[in-house]
Amino acid sequence: MIDLKSVSKRFDDTVVLRGVTARVERGEIFAIIGPSGSGKSTLLRLINLLDTPEGGEIRIGGSSIHAKGDQRLRIRRMMGMVFQKPAAFSATVYENVAVGLRFRGVGEGKIREKVGDALDVIGLAGYGERKARTLSGGEMQRVALARAMVTEPEVLLMDEPTANLDPVSVGMIEELVLQINRDLGTTIMISTHDMYQGQRLAHRIGVLMDGVFAQVGTPREVFTLPTSREVARFIGIENIIEGVVVAAGSGIAVIDIGGTSIRAVSPFGVGEEVCLCIRSEDLRILRLSGEGDIPGKNSLPGTVLSIAPRGPFSRVAVDCGFLLTSILSWKTVDSLGIEEGEEVFVSFAPDAVHAVRAAQG
Amino acid sequence: MYEIIEGFIEAGRLIITLDPDVMTIAARSIIVSFIATITATLISVPLGAAINFGTFPGRKGLINLIQTLYSLPTVIVGLLIFLLISRVGPFGFMRLLFTPTAMIVAQTVLVLPIMTGLTISALSGVDPVIRDTLHSLGATRLQFLINVMKEARFAILATVAVGFGRAISEVGAAILVGGNIMASSFMRSTRVLTTAISLETSMGNIPKSIALGIILLTIALGVNLAITMVQHR
Repeated sequence: MIDLKSVSKRFDDTVVLRGVTARVERGEIFAIIGPSGSGKSTLLRLINLLDTPEGGEIRIGGSSIHAKGDQRLRIRRMMGMVFQKPAAFSATVYENVAVGLRFRGVGEGKIREKVGDALDVIGLAGYGERKARTLSGGEMQRVALARAMVTEPEVLLMDEPTANLDPVSVGMIEELVLQINRDLGTTIMISTHDMYQGQRLAHRIGVLMDGVFAQVGTPREVFTLPTSREVARFIGIENIIEGVVVAAGSGIAVIDIGGTSIRAVSPFGVGEEVCLCIRSEDLRILRLSGEGDIPGKNSLPGTVLSIAPRGPFSRVAVDCGFLLTSILSWKTVDSLGIEEGEEVFVSFAPDAVHAVRAAQG
Repeated sequence: MYEIIEGFIEAGRLIITLDPDVMTIAARSIIVSFIATITATLISVPLGAAINFGTFPGRKGLINLIQTLYSLPTVIVGLLIFLLISRVGPFGFMRLLFTPTAMIVAQTVLVLPIMTGLTISALSGVDPVIRDTLHSLGATRLQFLINVMKEARFAILATVAVGFGRAISEVGAAILVGGNIMASSFMRSTRVLTTAISLETSMGNIPKSIALGIILLTIALGVNLAITMVQHR
């Protein structure tokens, strides 16, 4: 549905996009995640013809969007966009939702019917005569969504639509996004800096970093098998350790990290430099190395550096010659009875370790 | 001091009794400045929109020039129009000198820079997200312009009030091209509130000056009050 080929954009001396290539399928929810300033908004604005790319090509439904005059307007009217900042026209809620239909010359009777339906869907039936600027941010953003959807676009672009909203409003918008995609089959591209929102909503996620997609895949692929050190760090993997493969065979490799060996599932050959990514949730902490051990498991001795609360969990940092952090429930920490400065063992399975080539990072 | 108090009392009487002379002058003032403001609005709004949304070389310089012309001295505008419409000027054949039309032209020219400049500010003050939303919703160029102006309507209305205020309160241009004539016909006379105040004061007719002054102030305040009420509605 949306084809991006080597799309690039710069603002004065700042290169924002340096050759973005991706394909969004019809009916798909595609989330763009990435740190602030990575070019998410710019990419969506280029697709919505609000900015012009320096290079590359964008196609929607097979035809290039870089047209002029009537053709440009026709392409733009295939799309709807919701912006990060909730903004309403200085008019009633009804008139706000009706704007796009009026631009298309739709009759008053049809407008009344469609706007009425749209207000029902967004849960603001009966708000039609209210001045839109008196609404809360969340309500205004739902109006913005209705305004974009009432023209039945094939593509809906959403630029961090929940960035400024309270959790309840975020939930409502997310529910609407899923509903629109499910009921109308609308192709949706949504940018977010909340990676978990990407995970909740998207069929596929593109991780935009430094102006290119560092990785595109299903949420599961992106969150469990990051392709680079940067992606791993962005998606919240706390333990990223550099090492060299010293032995490899039958899918399991031994990686040397400054004298300490770690066994990991890895396709890399001997001598290759790799980064090991281990989720904190996958690390266990034991008082004795043999306790509950399974053959082949890693069990590294270390000293507890700190135990810090994090929501309903505790984050335990252990110095094993390099830093490893583990996320444990309070109950686990209590039953272990560990304290800062104590000797412990950090235990994890080889398949909890995801290795990426260090050169990529 | 006593004379001033007496002046105010006499001014009150002139206003309450609707003194025909005073009322005629006030009405002429309103008509002349109203037509000048409407004419200037019809020019400054499209011009301001063209400058704000246009991309052409020298755009910034033009905006700077317009802003500089905010403080255009009224007497200079009067002189300029006088030179253009005097008998030896290029438009002398139109015989406009010392007519209300000449005053309307002068006041239009006088308020044009400030009204154009404030229109540009009003339009550029519209939230960029609103502008993006209009484009995104598939507005044609015309639909876009109309809707941005709708968003800026209160700021544009304030611009009109500023223009009217400046037009009705100026004296330099009115006296140069109008001549402060009191003729038998309403539309041939060119005596307006400001020129009349100037004349009556110089003649020592203080109560009448004060009465005219109070009316001028009331009109200026009334227009701004009305605009403020519309904006807050």
